[in-house]
Amino acid sequence: MRAKTPVPESKALIDVSALVFSRGGRLLFNGVDVTVQRGEVVAIMGPSGTGKTTLLRLIGGQLSAQSGQVEVAGQPVDTLSRRALYRLRRRMGVLFQSGALFTDLTCYDNVAFPLREHTDLPEALIRIIVLMKLEAVGLRGARDLYPSELSGGMARRVSLARALALDPEIILYDEPFAGQDPISMGALMKLIRQLNDTLGLTSVVVSHDVDETLSIADRAYVLSEGQVVESGTPEALRASESAWVRQFIDARPDGPVPFHYPAGSMADDVSEAQSQ
Amino acid sequence: MTDWLERLGSSTLSNMATLGRAILFLLRVVAGCGELVRRPRLLMRELYSVGVLTLVIIVVSGLFVGMVLSLQGYYTLVDFGAEQSLGVLVALSLTRELGPVVTALLFAGRAGSALTAEIGLMKATEQLAGMEMMAVDPERRVIAPRLIAALISLPLLAVIFTLLGIFGAYVVGTALLGVDSGAFWSQMQAQVSFADDVLNGVIKSVLFGLVAGWIAVFNGYDCMPTSQGVSRATTQTVVVTSLVVLALDFVLTALMFD
Ligand SMILES: Nc1ncnc2c1ncn2[C@@H]1O[C@H](COP(=O)(O)OP(=O)(O)OP(=O)(O)O)[C@@H](O)[C@H]1O
Ligand SMILES: [Mg+2]
Repeated sequence: MRAKTPVPESKALIDVSALVFSRGGRLLFNGVDVTVQRGEVVAIMGPSGTGKTTLLRLIGGQLSAQSGQVEVAGQPVDTLSRRALYRLRRRMGVLFQSGALFTDLTCYDNVAFPLREHTDLPEALIRIIVLMKLEAVGLRGARDLYPSELSGGMARRVSLARALALDPEIILYDEPFAGQDPISMGALMKLIRQLNDTLGLTSVVVSHDVDETLSIADRAYVLSEGQVVESGTPEALRASESAWVRQFIDARPDGPVPFHYPAGSMADDVSEAQSQ
Repeated sequence: MTDWLERLGSSTLSNMATLGRAILFLLRVVAGCGELVRRPRLLMRELYSVGVLTLVIIVVSGLFVGMVLSLQGYYTLVDFGAEQSLGVLVALSLTRELGPVVTALLFAGRAGSALTAEIGLMKATEQLAGMEMMAVDPERRVIAPRLIAALISLPLLAVIFTLLGIFGAYVVGTALLGVDSGAFWSQMQAQVSFADDVLNGVIKSVLFGLVAGWIAVFNGYDCMPTSQGVSRATTQTVVVTSLVVLALDFVLTALMFD
């Protein structure tokens, strides 16, 4: 383990360097570098299945890299003790792609959960915080519903309210816009940017919604096939000449980014099926 | 032949690995039990769902097992003119064996399977992962209270089962078969020892509670996060708990009542 040195202000809050990670026999990351400075909104984009969710799990310390460094607030997450890792996670909020709400608690209790676990606040104060967070995502009226009674988009917004409950320093959003109608999408975009600026948070947004994401991000990374193919400000990405980025931003079905999960030739699969 | 040996070897290895994981898991959970002292409400909730909800099946089975025991015991004893000892026979079988064992088997079917399915589903729907990312350790928050609840409930359920069994036997024995009620109780009182019989029965059921709870929570926590994985883990809990309880009972009986 490295010696602990005080973190200089200029150092990135999230620093992923030379990350190599493979899963299920597939090399997902082959030397990926991502840095997020304090106060930034950084977007991570890339085709489905490139490992964006996996990257967030690596940052949160739920998976560990085969080689390379993942540092959050100057601490290498995969070598931290359990205790230190849990302390670090208190400073992070995560919006899961699936929402991951507790199905036997109401929306209200879901949002109150981290508050009750980590603070000794009186119930009256918890109530105010929970209602404020739910109000921010437009679901104060749905507080007594159970997750099974919510639509997919609503569940994700409750999950966002829960991720915000403890006022974390870092928020990781996994597909915050998926399943949202244009109105809540606009509201969420504004919310993410506003939270970041007014509370001085640092945000990582994983998303497929290129225009929306680029319009709120300070910087963006485009991942593909285990590498960062392009990174920079939204303007730079929009102006990029790279065929990968052009295809992704212009939503063209053909180009260097394959639509298909890696596979042998279709003819082989078909003839194999026939020979059986 | 080599093929068969190879498969045997690899399945033994994977079983050993599972056992190792289960032991480490148990140690971590036990180490995390301290939090329950600070937050007894977590335990109360689980005591309700693990213990109280299992009560009905325990009460009904206890009564019937006692009643059947009384019938069968009477027909054997009456041939030797020893039907006055019916109380002893019933009380000894229930406190030493049937109480702890049958309660553990019923517990595995009613509460153990529910625990496994609940935890497995929480895993499959990423609720456990979500908890981890909220810096709440699921082993402390979800697993520890359930394990301790099983450990506390099973001995209490076994005691209830035994008492109701004796009551059922008493009712059938005196009202139906005409055994003298005074003899039923006095013989029982004279022949059943607290230190040897009752205490050993309780020790058994505490161990069964640990085993049943451990197997149930571990299977849920370790399952494949898919619907098939959860269903397999649930079945596994019932089967493994039953076998382990029966084997353990044999060992304990050999040690305790030689
Ligand atoms: N538990 C797992 N075991 C093995 N492989 C996995 C597992 N989870 C995900 N993968 C693989 O890892 C790859 C990346 O998955 P990930 O969920 O990170 O993709 P993603 O970029 O978030 O995609 P999407 O945009 O569709 O959410 C996928 O190819 C998937 O097959
Ligand atoms: Mg994903």
